[in-house]
Amino acid sequence: MLSRNSHRAFVFLVVSLALFLLTFADASSHRAERDAALESNARLVAQLGLTDLCLFTEARYTRHPSQADLHSAFQDHPTGLEHFPSGALLPPPRALAASYENLDRKTKSAD
Amino acid sequence: MKTWIEKQKALIDFTLSSLARRKVKNLGMLLVYTLIVFLLASVMLFTHALRREAAEVLKNSPEVIVQRMVAGRHDLIPPGYLEKLGRIRGVQKKEGRLWGYYYDGVVKANYTLMAPSAEAPAAQKVADGKIVIGAAMARARGLATGNLISFRSYSGRLFSFTVADVLPHAAELISADLILMSEADYRAFFDIPAGYYTDIALSVANPQEVRNIAAKLAEALPDSRPILRDEVLRTYESIFNWREGIVLVLLAGSIFAFAIFAWEKASGLSAEEKREIGILKAIGWETGDVIKMKFWEGALISLTAFLLGYVAAYVHVFRFSSMLFEPVLKGWAVLYPRFELTPVVDGFQVATLFFFTVFPYTVATIVPIWRAAITDPDAVMRG
Amino acid sequence: MIKLTNIRKAYNQGRDNEFWALNGIDLNIEPRRVTALCGPSGSGKSTLLTIVGCLARPTSGRVHLKERDLSGLPERFLTDVRRSTFGFIFQQFNLIKGLTARDNVMLPAYPLGGDWRALHARAEGLLDTLRLGHRLSSRVEWLSGGEQQRVAIARALINDPEVVIADEPTANLDTALSREFLTILENLKQQGKTILLTSHDPLVIESSVVDTVVTLRDGRLVEGK
Repeated sequence: MLSRNSHRAFVFLVVSLALFLLTFADASSHRAERDAALESNARLVAQLGLTDLCLFTEARYTRHPSQADLHSAFQDHPTGLEHFPSGALLPPPRALAASYENLDRKTKSAD
Repeated sequence: MKTWIEKQKALIDFTLSSLARRKVKNLGMLLVYTLIVFLLASVMLFTHALRREAAEVLKNSPEVIVQRMVAGRHDLIPPGYLEKLGRIRGVQKKEGRLWGYYYDGVVKANYTLMAPSAEAPAAQKVADGKIVIGAAMARARGLATGNLISFRSYSGRLFSFTVADVLPHAAELISADLILMSEADYRAFFDIPAGYYTDIALSVANPQEVRNIAAKLAEALPDSRPILRDEVLRTYESIFNWREGIVLVLLAGSIFAFAIFAWEKASGLSAEEKREIGILKAIGWETGDVIKMKFWEGALISLTAFLLGYVAAYVHVFRFSSMLFEPVLKGWAVLYPRFELTPVVDGFQVATLFFFTVFPYTVATIVPIWRAAITDPDAVMRG
Repeated sequence: MIKLTNIRKAYNQGRDNEFWALNGIDLNIEPRRVTALCGPSGSGKSTLLTIVGCLARPTSGRVHLKERDLSGLPERFLTDVRRSTFGFIFQQFNLIKGLTARDNVMLPAYPLGGDWRALHARAEGLLDTLRLGHRLSSRVEWLSGGEQQRVAIARALINDPEVVIADEPTANLDTALSREFLTILENLKQQGKTILLTSHDPLVIESSVVDTVVTLRDGRLVEGK
């Protein structure tokens, strides 16, 4: 069976394909295991009223991107360059900026 | 059919022994190719899973957060502000939240300090003088339940707390840097008088009403800034969109470098290869046979790279917690959550990745061969 | 076996450097005989060989293979005819470097999709009869000139052709190896192969193995033996 290059390639591809399909099986079984953790996390979020993922802790606008001041340094321009590495990964929340602009326009007093 | 299979097998035999002649070069290329697929697939799987995790977990966060703005900056909610909100219809529940940041000079880390609301379930209540801490914070300071820790507050006074509990490891993605304390301790530590709050969380009975309520809020309290949960979720959705982000930008350079290399390798026919094709034609191969043989070369290499790269990426992201991305995500932060992501594999994304990795390489292998393969079979004799 | 009628072949037709390599050749190649084409370089003998072997088409004239007119056949069918009827031995051997002797011999059979084990056995058998059994798995570039030519001969025979075509087969061989080649030729003839070769090596042309010598000059036949 393994005397021919094409047979070796075929066996190799079948094994790789099996591993590939195994990732899907693993994903669904792993997902079932993780369900309890997800649920307890969601409960904690509800109980404490948390608003953001704790991924970047170096500055307040990366720790809580949704709660950050719009006018803090480097955040007031959507394309403003960032000095924190994570800031480059995580742009200013555009949806929030947009809603804030809307509110801005609603003010009746002249600027 | 049997003849056809035998023929394809023979062509594969030939193409593999051809590749085996320059083993180091071809294996090296396969390795680089696999690595590219691995990185692309890792970014894809990681961001997709993170996005799903955020959506899944944050669906329970408050529907509306009201901040008060002073001179364009987030400021404390003064006493009486809460009452002013009360008259807006559709608001089911409103409560002031108390949270803030504390910089710990000892380990140079930022913590999020928070006082669970008075209405939080008993399980989350923290007694005076006690704290409940996030797992990453406990790790950074080497704390365990029962330990004593002191913080110097912004007023200069030293406060000591006993660790009552450490939040579970599974919750790190949302609570790694948290310090939960009682409301009294919080107000004393930050010198915030009674009646002041960081912001206000609103519960809205009817989700359809959220936008109207936000508009009413903005009208009634011009200095308020309502933040809607839907918008937060949408923001997270787009934040981790896998097309975005510096990882892909950085990766783009290497992808282009590889594309040039692969194109050069696959399409730049050397005089030697041209001669070989001439020989094959002269000994009875058709143009189509030569092209099929080259198709198998491209297909086998790219399929191998795709399958191995993808499987490695899956193991990396979901079994080794994306450890290669940690330095990028960690940035300057001292605290970094150790989290396992729930595997979500999106068939469409996998198909996209497959298409963009396997297809171009195979085409790049076949197209240039076309010209060489249609040379006259007697060219060998003439040369 | 093969009948050529008024074959003319032009290179670069219609351009300034137009060149008529063959100028009206009429030739009948007998089956089971060895026919040698000789003549100075540029006389058109290699061109004639490519036309007989269906590697190229004549500009005008007709080629008949056993009553079948090959002149009008489309490319696909011509390739089919070529690989089932002819085996080629080239002057430079034209082996594929880096592959083993056995792989080189098996090459012409790959597109046919026959049984691999049988093919494998046939290739080894051919190399064995050509006294290359010990060199089966050696890369061809490690073989000597004589061994390389025998690999090329085995490759020409793998599809069991009726006609073997050899272009200057002894050009790169010394006298001893050339004699050995003639012995192989003798055997092939006895097996019933029709052989057509070009040469200007007296050793070949004057050999008893060769039945017919056709001399060409400036794209025309000069005389016969």
